[in-house]
Amino acid sequence: MSEISPAEWTAILLSLRVAIVATLVATPFGIALAWLLARRDFWGKSVLDALVHLPLVLPPVVTGYLLLLTFGRRGLVGGFLADTLGIVFAFRWTGAALACGLMSFPLLVRPIRLSIEAIDSRLEQAAETLGAAPWKVFFTVTLPLALPGVLAGMVLGFAKAIGEFGATITFVSNIPGETQTISSAIYSLIQTPDGDAAAGRLVIVSIVLALGALIAAEWFARRATQRLHGN
Amino acid sequence: MLRVDIEKQLGEFSLSASFTSEGRVIGLFGASGAGKSSLVNMIAGLLRPDRGTIVIDGETVDDTAAGIHVPTYRRRIGYVFQDARLFPHLNVAQNLDYGRRMSGLASDPAQHTRVIDLLDIGALLDRRPGKLSGGERQRVALGRALLSKPRLLLLDEPLGALDEGRKLEILPYLVRLRDEANIPMVYVSHDVAELRQLATQIVMLKQGRVTSFGGVKVLT
Repeated sequence: MSEISPAEWTAILLSLRVAIVATLVATPFGIALAWLLARRDFWGKSVLDALVHLPLVLPPVVTGYLLLLTFGRRGLVGGFLADTLGIVFAFRWTGAALACGLMSFPLLVRPIRLSIEAIDSRLEQAAETLGAAPWKVFFTVTLPLALPGVLAGMVLGFAKAIGEFGATITFVSNIPGETQTISSAIYSLIQTPDGDAAAGRLVIVSIVLALGALIAAEWFARRATQRLHGN
Repeated sequence: MLRVDIEKQLGEFSLSASFTSEGRVIGLFGASGAGKSSLVNMIAGLLRPDRGTIVIDGETVDDTAAGIHVPTYRRRIGYVFQDARLFPHLNVAQNLDYGRRMSGLASDPAQHTRVIDLLDIGALLDRRPGKLSGGERQRVALGRALLSKPRLLLLDEPLGALDEGRKLEILPYLVRLRDEANIPMVYVSHDVAELRQLATQIVMLKQGRVTSFGGVKVLT
């Protein structure tokens, strides 16, 4: 196999940009939701929990189509955002980031939720007796102790985002340089008569990225355990 | 001064307690399940009474009739738990400083030194809680509560998780604390000997009711 071509680099870099933006934007929402699910009881909690997990079980093409209906130029939210803020998702890399963020959201939320659940809530009580208002308790006790879980969630979410295919191609199509990620580039290449070598290179890149993410997530999880035991 | 007059239903268990104390160390005595911890948690604001009032140092922190419930973090109490509950991600020095930072108090190096000397924890400052013995952890927890400058110190069986030897190691510090720190305390225990040494007044609880109240001599 020869070197990675400029066109392939474009797809790789676009994938990275899409996955990084998706992960960074999704993380604050993920933390907030994980905290709600781990620490609060409220009406409709199981529905919210199911909604968060929905992208995991729904056919990606359905998620992509729903995104197109909602965030497309003539969609309810998409039209509003385009008219008022000038933000367009349809057939743009931003749309790919939105699709990837949504598809990877369950994987992002889960480790964060587990690590918040693993924190002894009596530590949060102790912080309160020392004069910390609830939001300070969150930022000085809950979040630092959950940090390895947050990082693990980000790594997993990132890995999922970089490999997302179905929802992305349905929502923003497969435009080289704009919305053609590694996955959609591989998809195009294996349909071209002599695209096997290029597809093979991108497959290897995918495997390396995914493996790296899993190893990193594992490492963060181990750090979390150590942190909770105060060593 | 501490005035408590509360009722609380906790499942099958009903707690109803009323006492007023000017004592320096109020010993809350009773068997396990008598309602001691629930009562202390109510004074701390971690638990809300169904009915009644709690007054700490002249401030009404709970009054169900008037709809008053001051949240824990604004009660200016110190709470030492049986299981220390030091923050595992902070070292001893950061744990000690936590209360001051959270309540936005100015740093008070003189008090800092005094508390660290009183509890003999100067050598532990750089360590993480995971590297401390049970007795050391409890002393740091005491220091952490003291340094938040509470107007009332709640101690819920602070020696309960320690073996006999460790207890004897900590008790003298508590006596010194009583005599030198000048902070009123509520000391929860089911150990008569401990309370004889420390308490100036006793509230005896049995199955959620105050059965006697008075000097240490009620511990017969």
